Amino acid sequence: MSIGLHNSTFKNPVIRWVDSRLPIFSMMQNEYGTFPTPKNFNYFWNFGALAMINLLIMIATGIFLAMHYTPHVSMAFDSVERIMRDVNYGWLFRYVHANGASMFFIVVYVHIWRGMWYGSYKAPRELLWIIGVVIFLLMMATAFMGYVLPWGQMSFWGATVITNLFSAFPVVGDHIVTLLWGGFSVDNPTLNRFFSLHFLLPFVIFGVVFLHVAALHITGSNNPLGIDVKSPADTLPFHPYYTAKDSVGMVVYFIVFASLVFFAPNYLGHADNYIPANPMVTPAHIVPEWYFLPYYAILRAVPDKLGGVLLMFGSILVWFILPWLDTSPVRSMRFRPIAKWFLLLWGIAFGVLMYCGGKPPEGIYVVLSRVATLYYFAWFLVILPLLGRLERPLPLPESIAKPVLRGGGPLPAGAAAKPMEKA
Amino acid sequence: MADHLAPAGAPHAAGEHAADGTTKRDFLILAAGGFAAVGAGAMAWPFISSMNPARDVLALSTTEAEIGAIPVGGAVTLMWRGKPVFVRHRSPDEVQAAATVDMGELRDPQADSARVKAGKAEWLVVIGVCTHLGCVPLGQKPTDPKGEFGGWFCPCHGSHYDTSGRIRKGPAPANLPVPTYAFTTDTQIKIG
Ligand code: HEM
Ligand code: FES
Repeated sequence: MSIGLHNSTFKNPVIRWVDSRLPIFSMMQNEYGTFPTPKNFNYFWNFGALAMINLLIMIATGIFLAMHYTPHVSMAFDSVERIMRDVNYGWLFRYVHANGASMFFIVVYVHIWRGMWYGSYKAPRELLWIIGVVIFLLMMATAFMGYVLPWGQMSFWGATVITNLFSAFPVVGDHIVTLLWGGFSVDNPTLNRFFSLHFLLPFVIFGVVFLHVAALHITGSNNPLGIDVKSPADTLPFHPYYTAKDSVGMVVYFIVFASLVFFAPNYLGHADNYIPANPMVTPAHIVPEWYFLPYYAILRAVPDKLGGVLLMFGSILVWFILPWLDTSPVRSMRFRPIAKWFLLLWGIAFGVLMYCGGKPPEGIYVVLSRVATLYYFAWFLVILPLLGRLERPLPLPESIAKPVLRGGGPLPAGAAAKPMEKA
Repeated sequence: MADHLAPAGAPHAAGEHAADGTTKRDFLILAAGGFAAVGAGAMAWPFISSMNPARDVLALSTTEAEIGAIPVGGAVTLMWRGKPVFVRHRSPDEVQAAATVDMGELRDPQADSARVKAGKAEWLVVIGVCTHLGCVPLGQKPTDPKGEFGGWFCPCHGSHYDTSGRIRKGPAPANLPVPTYAFTTDTQIKIG
């Protein structure tokens, strides 16, 4: 071993030659091969890997769509129709890309929910969580701008309503909107820059995902018990145990994905987006894509323009400070007998908002949106900070290995009064 | 503050340390940092500025139209800067209704006379973009709903505008704006 070379353990001479100079094989081996991973993961832990695959699918289909797409107001709609009718397999790429966006949000919502339920945002994983929220915001921007590209009625009016959100801010608002548009309304300059940014942002997301994973590999994964890894008996090497478990999830994921693409490719879309954009006529009922509905409902729940916009942005920004709002030292909801019901209710409030966001803003839907919005924020800002002090958590198991290997010997006195559930 | 990077035991030039312990190096760091910040700002400016409306976009910003053929009570929609402009030929009743509203009732108080040209009160010209989030309100066609105040109704989130295009009910904060325009003849207008 000469000086200045990495001490590689690989036997294959070619791999060894590269690895000694640039230890990417060692790195892959350490981070994805032997990486010690808690042995009690459930299927909720599949969703990070699924999100990664989904990102790669979006980039692959997106690049090929971009080869045929024309970002000009007079040609965009027709170029997408040409992709659908004339380009070989164009229909496949477009349906995979459009439904892939929906799959991406399904996967990421479950991934976020997992983090909330098992307290993955708590120390020492606060920064990991914050990077995750950044990824989510970038995804929202990317999906929003992508939806504008086919230049249908929903593309145009969605872009108009969303960019106009910024006009709510005093003084600078209108200048920001003009800057976003590059004109006096959503028009060709807007479409051009949205295409440019829609192409760029997924690669930015890729970079931020790298940071997300790097941070994860410093702290290690959380697990369904929410307790720290104490010894090698608590872990398994990532490969083959979790490569195998992730593959099972992947099969299910692809079944759902393929069912959407091949049997209901337009189920999650809106029919009005097959009408070319018309700046003179607003569709009677404009709604965003399903994954934005909860925030749209919050926007409309507030009878004041600026107030609605602030609450809408606030509904996601509040996630950033979640690690400090939750004052309980116990991570997993399994051991939080009161908090878990309030969190479930929060999940329901999120669902109610999603439902109301797709309905016209009148009557019962406004009332429901208001109640759900109130609870959405109350959970973060009132209930969670208080519960950490008021709630008495259940006794925590001594280690991950103990409840897994049954009859693992008596618990030390005082550590737990109750027999543990099976993990 | 000590000068950490100076070799240990190096003799300090006389007068290098000010009385409060700051060094020349602190000044250099501050000056260089300040300069770099200004430079970064100067480089960012062309990028940001390029996103604002280009000159050809600005150049296309006037529209002319002949409006003499619009019957009383009728309306047309023109296109100006990519946006709809509503021109309505108001009936005497509508003018009357717009002119006699109590200012205290208005969210964005503005007299009707300030929104039309003197002696041309029958013509109302407003930008047809809801001041809430930018939808095009209904009310131009005879069959459209005109809202509770006889002007326009925005279906997106339910804003009602009166016969002067002023916001009366719903989430929109401001009146439909009146664009810069002039009558070039008795029946012809130039917007922009
Ligand atoms: C984070 C990853 C991405 C998301 C969430 C996303 C989302 C979307 C969405 C929702 C649409 C509208 C689909 C429709 O209704 O037709 C779209 C269209 C489009 N996207 Fe993406 N996209 C992503 C990555 C990319 C990448 C990396 C590229 C190019 C390199 C790309 C290129 C395009 C093109 C050309 C269209 C217009 C064609 C069409 O409408 O199908 N996308 N995207
Ligand atoms: S855009 Fe008109 S009411 Fe919201």
